[in-house]
Amino acid sequence: MSEASLLAFLVGLLAATLRVATPLLYATIGEVYSERSGVLNLGIEGVMFLGAFVGFAAAAQAEAAGWGAYLWVGLVAAMISGLLMALLMALLSVTLGLNQHVAGLGITLLCTGLAMFGFRLVFGERPVLPRISPFSQLNPFPGTPILDPLLNQYLLTYLAFLVLVPASVWVLYHSNFGLQLRAVGENPEAADAAGINVFRIRYAALAISGVLMALGGAFLSLAQLGAFSPGIVAGRGWVCIALVIFARWDPLRAMFGALLFGGMFALQLRLQTQGFQLPYEVLLALPYLVTILALAVAGRHAPYPGAYLKPYRRE
Amino acid sequence: MTTDEVPAVRMRGIWKRFGTVVANRGVDFDLRPGEIHALLGENGAGKSTLMRILYGLYRADAGTIAVNGAPATIRSPHDAIAHGIGMVTQHFALVSPMTVTENVILGCDQRIRLDLKAAQQQVSAAADRVGLSIDPRALVKDLSVGQRQRVEILKALYRQARVLILDEPTAVLVPQEVEQLFATLRRLRQEGVSVVFISHKLHEVMQITDRVTVMRAGEVVGAAETSRVTPTDLARMMVGRPTIGVIKPRTISAAQPQAALQLEGVSARNNKGLPALRNLSLEVRAGEILGVAGVAGNGQTELAQVIEGVRPVTSGRLLVCGQDITNAGPRRAMDAGVGRIPEDRHESVVGAMSVAYNMALEHLDEFTRSGLIDRRRLRQHAERLIGQYQIRARPDDPIRTLSGGNMQKVILARVLDRNPRVIVVSQPTRGLDVAATEYVRGKLVEQRQKGAAILLISEDLDEILELSDRIAVIYEGEIRQILDAGEATLEALGLLMAGLRR
Ligand SMILES: Nc1ncnc2c1ncn2[C@@H]1O[C@H](COP(=O)(O)OP(=O)(O)OP(=O)(O)O)[C@@H](O)[C@H]1O
Ligand SMILES: [Mg+2]
Repeated sequence: MSEASLLAFLVGLLAATLRVATPLLYATIGEVYSERSGVLNLGIEGVMFLGAFVGFAAAAQAEAAGWGAYLWVGLVAAMISGLLMALLMALLSVTLGLNQHVAGLGITLLCTGLAMFGFRLVFGERPVLPRISPFSQLNPFPGTPILDPLLNQYLLTYLAFLVLVPASVWVLYHSNFGLQLRAVGENPEAADAAGINVFRIRYAALAISGVLMALGGAFLSLAQLGAFSPGIVAGRGWVCIALVIFARWDPLRAMFGALLFGGMFALQLRLQTQGFQLPYEVLLALPYLVTILALAVAGRHAPYPGAYLKPYRRE
Repeated sequence: MTTDEVPAVRMRGIWKRFGTVVANRGVDFDLRPGEIHALLGENGAGKSTLMRILYGLYRADAGTIAVNGAPATIRSPHDAIAHGIGMVTQHFALVSPMTVTENVILGCDQRIRLDLKAAQQQVSAAADRVGLSIDPRALVKDLSVGQRQRVEILKALYRQARVLILDEPTAVLVPQEVEQLFATLRRLRQEGVSVVFISHKLHEVMQITDRVTVMRAGEVVGAAETSRVTPTDLARMMVGRPTIGVIKPRTISAAQPQAALQLEGVSARNNKGLPALRNLSLEVRAGEILGVAGVAGNGQTELAQVIEGVRPVTSGRLLVCGQDITNAGPRRAMDAGVGRIPEDRHESVVGAMSVAYNMALEHLDEFTRSGLIDRRRLRQHAERLIGQYQIRARPDDPIRTLSGGNMQKVILARVLDRNPRVIVVSQPTRGLDVAATEYVRGKLVEQRQKGAAILLISEDLDEILELSDRIAVIYEGEIRQILDAGEATLEALGLLMAGLRR
């Protein structure tokens, strides 16, 4: 490869990395909020799927009705669906104190079923998948042609990296809400004795997590694909669960985790298209293998929140 | 002070049931403004329950509360704080990976932004005001127990508490810290803060409190001005019968010549990786109690852990009845005959599990039949021990619901029932009432007569002097000197504990 084409390859790889990492970043940070409050939210996979569907369906309807802002309608609808599911999760795991694994997996099953059923209901059986014209990419910093492919990204990607990450760092470490959230996840008895409403904080954390997870899902259907299919989320939610541990429940590290996985994913795609001499199954497994490896290295002695998985109840 | 003054807190007809246990049966309690008020009673009398109701941690089944004469509904600590009530619970409610400042301001700042700099200054100022010296930036997990308690008190005062409840605050303190605490309490009294002081130590009650309320079996049996009663009166009210003389004649030593426990030049590190034990050697013979005296934090915890096999030794040897168990792990130590009664009761039981399970926990394999736990055997075993050790609990009660004394009896029963050849016991009577203390000490002496070698680690010098045949003073991870019980005096021990050689 010449120097120029190597550079182009790298820029292209980085650009793709950012795109792949975006939905992971939304969902991972969402999960960080809920786990920091002491609740493992395994509804993540399902809520992403539901978000992808609701966003797509609402956008498709609005587009058909001729609304200009149909994509934003989709986005808001997805967020509302995520919020509702989060409240259900909170009801089960916080108010009723059910086992968080069971509640979360239940939510994932429910969301998956709802989305599949909704898809049939709204679009019926069709020979070709329905499509919308998705969010387009834009470059807010034009002028450097070589970087153009890198800077040409979705607005949602810019929001994730430049707004969501710093905002979450601020919320967790520099706001009173963040302090209370961490205290509740670390030692709910102490938080309660300090006069904090443990239940309210956990509801809030779950609500934020649900909205972000749904946004991550909606990014797939409204930006990346412009379509919805049953395999759209493809286990990304479970990857995010691992990324949270890799990130040690920190939004900034979550960003690096998402980039690492995104980078591996983009790389294997490129290697496939370049006709690399390896069975494609191996390439497909690459990002997951790297995630497992990274987890094994970085996840040792992971500082789990003190009240992880523990429902809180006063005597 | 006049009696027709409006009380700071008035509780009337408080009832609280836990399942079939009635913890409070129609309790009336008055707290006057600016007084230090002792709440006394045996283990399980219902003191903590009453105060947890006042702080909103439990809800009463019946009864009313008035604060400064106005009826108050207290459903949560949040409500209690709003009424100016603060509580330092028996087990501290602190978030240990967070700093002192973060813990103190937790939940009281209603602004969106967290301004830690300003908060640190406020916390420092508040600490200085009441004479509690503490570094606001320190992490709670790095603090000693005494310092943590100061954080708890600070937390309550920072929330403008006018009523401060302290549940057995001195149980975890060394004598100097107790003096500091009392100085703080006197200062608060001057400022008009009312204090509820729960303790089992009668001399402390006599020293610091203005009035005292005594509870027994969930009821108030009397209240009086402290200056008008004697410790003997209080003890009689608590147990409902005249107490036995506190000092019993010493039993003759049963020590046999051979050493059951030997430590040879043992060194070990603490959790922070710093040297905690330095080339420490000692022997405990079969049939003797060796007391280990020392100021908290001089390696006592690590010493016990090394013998129990839960802390690695970096050099030296550890022998039980001649068998080398250096770094062999807790299972081997137990098999070699080591029984452990650890410092922190709550860490050595599984709180949510039943009394029966906890009694069998260290030897579950013996209650297993073809891979399944034999519940009937488990239950019979528990019933036998409950009877034998006079434990007020049922086999199926979750152990965390037991009072301190009963929980300690469960642990005692679990260990002693196996007649271990070596017993390592730390702070065996911390937080226990007079009767339970007597009981536990009696059991230890009984084991000694049966030929067990007992290493008794305690911060209570009276306990060490009463029980030990020989006394080893530990200072910065070394044994400074070993004295025969006959030649040991409080002053001599005090000097050695402070690191001064004779
Ligand atoms: N959460 C609970 N669940 C069930 N029973 C409880 C609970 N808390 C207390 N009890 C029971 O209520 C009774 C009173 O307990 P409480 O803790 O108030 O006693 P106490 O006077 O504080 O004793 P101690 O001096 O040992 O601390 C005991 O029999 C105890 O086992
Ligand atoms: Mg108590």
